[in-house]
Amino acid sequence: MLKRRNISESQRSALLISPPFLYALVLMAFPLAAIFLFSFWTQDFMDVDTTFTLDNYREIFEKPIYGALLQRSLFVSTCVTVVTVILAFPVAYFVSFHVRAERKSLWLFLITIPFWTSYLIRVFLWKVILGFNGVINTGLINIGLIEEPLTFILYNVNAVIITLAHAFAPFAILPIFVALEKIDRSLLEAAQDLGESKMMTFFRVTLPLAMPGVVAAVLIVFIPTIGDYVTPELMGGAGGKLIANMIQTQFLALNNAPLGAALAIVAMVCVTAIALVFVLLNRRWLRGRS
Amino acid sequence: MSLRIYAIAYLIFLYAPIALLPVFAFNDATIIAFPLSGFTTNWFGELWTNTSLHTAVKNSVFIAVMTAILSTLLGVCAARAGAMAHFPLKAGIMGFIMLPLVLPEIIVAVSLLVVVVQIFDLGLSNWTIISAHVLICTPFCIAILNGAFQNLDPSMEEAAMDLGETRFGAFRSVTLPLVMPGIISSMLIAFTISLDEFIIAFFLSGVSPTMPVYIWGLLRFPASLPVVMALGTILVALSILLLTIAEILRRRGMARAGVADKGGFL
Repeated sequence: MLKRRNISESQRSALLISPPFLYALVLMAFPLAAIFLFSFWTQDFMDVDTTFTLDNYREIFEKPIYGALLQRSLFVSTCVTVVTVILAFPVAYFVSFHVRAERKSLWLFLITIPFWTSYLIRVFLWKVILGFNGVINTGLINIGLIEEPLTFILYNVNAVIITLAHAFAPFAILPIFVALEKIDRSLLEAAQDLGESKMMTFFRVTLPLAMPGVVAAVLIVFIPTIGDYVTPELMGGAGGKLIANMIQTQFLALNNAPLGAALAIVAMVCVTAIALVFVLLNRRWLRGRS
Repeated sequence: MSLRIYAIAYLIFLYAPIALLPVFAFNDATIIAFPLSGFTTNWFGELWTNTSLHTAVKNSVFIAVMTAILSTLLGVCAARAGAMAHFPLKAGIMGFIMLPLVLPEIIVAVSLLVVVVQIFDLGLSNWTIISAHVLICTPFCIAILNGAFQNLDPSMEEAAMDLGETRFGAFRSVTLPLVMPGIISSMLIAFTISLDEFIIAFFLSGVSPTMPVYIWGLLRFPASLPVVMALGTILVALSILLLTIAEILRRRGMARAGVADKGGFL
């Protein structure tokens, strides 16, 4: 009796999962397979030539501009990830360890709010903050710290990194917070009872236990940042354009969708490979410790 | 103590750009820079007379409402299945459905563009945007709804069925009221994400732009920037309102399901 009921329940639950599964299959897996196939075709003026060729990939490897853009994109994504996660960790730690239980969700709510509000306008406002007549320059001139406006903070890679690090902040804080919340507090007491200093307890107990959250934060920041073209377009100036801008240009302005598709595939493969290496290294580090 | 100061400084960093919005929305100058010149409500007045903006807002609201309904429906299926018995490959299928969360939006956009335009030779419309938005919103809906479904006591529905309700009747009269706050919260979040989404909408919009695509066009013309600031102020106020309602409902849902609140949408 009990067994039959279990079988039927797992069947019902498989039935229930099928609409969202089919949706993701048709609108994500199928289109991804389509651009993969597409990247082996070529644009022939207005038509697409469907003979299989590696020309798009050859062009990407031979013309230095694509390599340079990809390299800069990976550099920016890495910087954004490092900056975001390092700045976010203490905040997640503070909310998890130093805020009273009933106030925690208020703090998390405050942290997530800016993330949900008008992305485009938020990016544009960084231009207002970092610009020639912007908040930082006017402020610093008024208090007499500088005489000429600073120019290294807008229309270059620095500006792109600052803006992206701001945009992805909650993405980094939430997974780290969740991991910190799971840590059994008695482990920390035990470490200190056994004579560890506060500092050593943090590095030898808290940090390794929080690592799954840090890894999740790294992945959830690193992977999507490669696809952002709004921030480099608005903040990057001529020298701060990234691979996503090139993908966008190939698809919309230059009408060369197959080359754009090949660029998208190359970017995805690089990001996924780096993410996998990171996860493996981290796993080895954690195993090496235990 | 120093940690608290750091956390507060971090919050200021997070809110700094948004805090500037109303400052420039009410500033009587066409240049978005300091020093400020005077107070005006003209920029808000211009919003009322701009008909192409109104069309864009209508488009965006339609897309956001449809996205909210469809992605929450899919989210309910997944969250309910997630709370039920195991079946083969369950974890893998769940992970697959959550994948759009880490997929770069430009990849979602270009792959759907290729499928719709180049393979099926269909025109772009609001529905192409809706289908992509449902894809990226569903993982967020599942994350919120999991909180409502995960800790539901299955014996309540069983009791209703023992008392003669059908399976669907038991779901409707017992489970649905309990998870209702979660459902509304999930719809509000999906609505907010869709209303604000630009990267996908830019690739997939047909002849009539959505609101973010329209704003993107305005950002190139310095003269229209104060109007963008006014629009932004209204949008920020609106989304804070919606998110506050969503958060209150999410907490009420957790309380109804009898779970301690662990905080956070994700």
